[in-house]
Amino acid sequence: MALKIVESCVNCWACVDVCPSEAIYESSAHFKINAHKCSECDGDFSAPQCASICPIEGAILLADGSPANPPGSLTGIPPERLHEAMREIQAR
Amino acid sequence: MELSVLGQNDAEHHGAGGCSSGSCGSSDDQLAHLPEHIRAKVHNHPCYSEEAHHYFARMHVAVAPACNIQCHYCNRKYDCANESRPGVVSEVLTPDQAVKKVKAVAASIPQMSVLGIAGPGDPLANPQRTFETFRRLSAEAPDIKLCVSTNGLALPDCVDELARHNIDHVTITINCVDPEVGAKIYPWIYWNNQRIRGRKAAKILIEQQQKGLEMLVARGILVKVNSVLIPGVNDEHLKEVSKIVKAKGAFLHNVMPLIAEAEHGTFYGVMGQRSPEPEELQDLQDACAGDMNMMRHCRQCRADAVGLLGEDRGDEFTLDKIETMDIDYAAAMVKRAAVHAAIKEELDEKAAKKARLAGQTLPPAAAAPARRYRPVLMAVATSGGGLVNQHFGHAHEFLVYEASPHGVRFIGHRRVEQYCGGDDSCGVKESALAGSIRALKGCEAVLCSKIGFEPWGDLEAAGIQPNGEHAMEPIEEAVLAVYQEMIRAGRLEHDEGLLRANA
Repeated sequence: MALKIVESCVNCWACVDVCPSEAIYESSAHFKINAHKCSECDGDFSAPQCASICPIEGAILLADGSPANPPGSLTGIPPERLHEAMREIQAR
Repeated sequence: MELSVLGQNDAEHHGAGGCSSGSCGSSDDQLAHLPEHIRAKVHNHPCYSEEAHHYFARMHVAVAPACNIQCHYCNRKYDCANESRPGVVSEVLTPDQAVKKVKAVAASIPQMSVLGIAGPGDPLANPQRTFETFRRLSAEAPDIKLCVSTNGLALPDCVDELARHNIDHVTITINCVDPEVGAKIYPWIYWNNQRIRGRKAAKILIEQQQKGLEMLVARGILVKVNSVLIPGVNDEHLKEVSKIVKAKGAFLHNVMPLIAEAEHGTFYGVMGQRSPEPEELQDLQDACAGDMNMMRHCRQCRADAVGLLGEDRGDEFTLDKIETMDIDYAAAMVKRAAVHAAIKEELDEKAAKKARLAGQTLPPAAAAPARRYRPVLMAVATSGGGLVNQHFGHAHEFLVYEASPHGVRFIGHRRVEQYCGGDDSCGVKESALAGSIRALKGCEAVLCSKIGFEPWGDLEAAGIQPNGEHAMEPIEEAVLAVYQEMIRAGRLEHDEGLLRANA
């Protein structure tokens, strides 16, 4: 029962400051979650705090491995539109 | 014709800019109506005083990476050393590193008068890191002015602490006062331990911003309001924003153009939201100027910018470089005080000269037909000091002035867009010259210290007259001289195709 931060993390510190369990620590490449300390905010808040403030889609995974914030859920950019834009830029 | 470069005693004739009141945003007169105690606070602040920004430098330290909201013009992922826009930084600093960097910069660039914390996230969403930096700087470098810029969400909770650290300038970014508009700008906020979206989120943010503004004003802390002009989203609405924030006591309003490119990965960039044209920005600034003191010299700098506005010397002060610097701050303070006093003396002299010139007018015979001459926009290449002193090819930006029968006024700056010189996946591939010419759209002359043969021809072909005759002269005097040359050459006789500067 723990969340996980993956490599798309941009090291913005936002999650560190809001974690009630002090489970998040600075590490090489990106921040990480100590699985022993993480409670998924159970008993403290209705939703995991790191996932509630993280600005990067896909950077935090839930216990089942699915992204807490799937593509498009934070920026409002439909994933297909984003891919299209990236293709256009790379074709320049 | 009035020789004044300010137009301050000519308000009723200043219809060209829509300035109907004494709070017209014309040039350095923008602060003239302010009470003495406020002017004393801002006279050496490059971000608040148009005049000061030619002389005094500022720096930002990037100690605040976390943010508590998402804006559609911001992408929290993007970091490019070649890019310059708010929210972009090369390295985030700890408060300790930041203090060291500030002292190194203040000692090396004695005209640096202001230290701001502006991100790359929201400074007040990083209260420990932000206030630790302020606390140490106010003790260890007391000759530096401290300021902070915020989205306002956490502001009401921080006002006491801001007042305690002697921060007398705060900038709040307020893009709307209507939650319907806000819902199109802010997809979510983090509030009371929840991610809140849509109109509800915008409503909370707006309430916090307005409350924070009122609290700061009540404490006597100066508040500048920044707004991002987003065509079709908040353009008309910003006129109301301007009225409201002025009524609540903000002393300066800075309307900035949206920066939106697909390669930035922002919502607006990817979704094709366009940025405003320079003339749209000017129109809105002019429309707001009747009610509000407008700022026009903002450079939308990076959250780790160092130097005069428009220049960035951050590369000279990277962490590895400041590690090797041994700073004697007590000695630096002595040197800084002397440099600041010399600048003040120069500014006082300039002000006295302007006061003398303002009283002079051309003979009536020349003045009468002057009303027929249309206004002209001119671009100036300057590297500071209020002088025409930069080579055309070295300019990364140009200052734009409007010359008219009523005098010369500062309109804004045009950046020569160089978002990224890096790899093929980002950056517009075009020559620097083509970029400069595009940046100068609407200008009829460009004043610089020198200019090469090739750009000269291309500029002329684009209808922009290069002029290197006024090298090292004060900008406003040079612009006025070129305007008078244009009048004498008979180029301004007709009103047809009247430039939008008079719209």
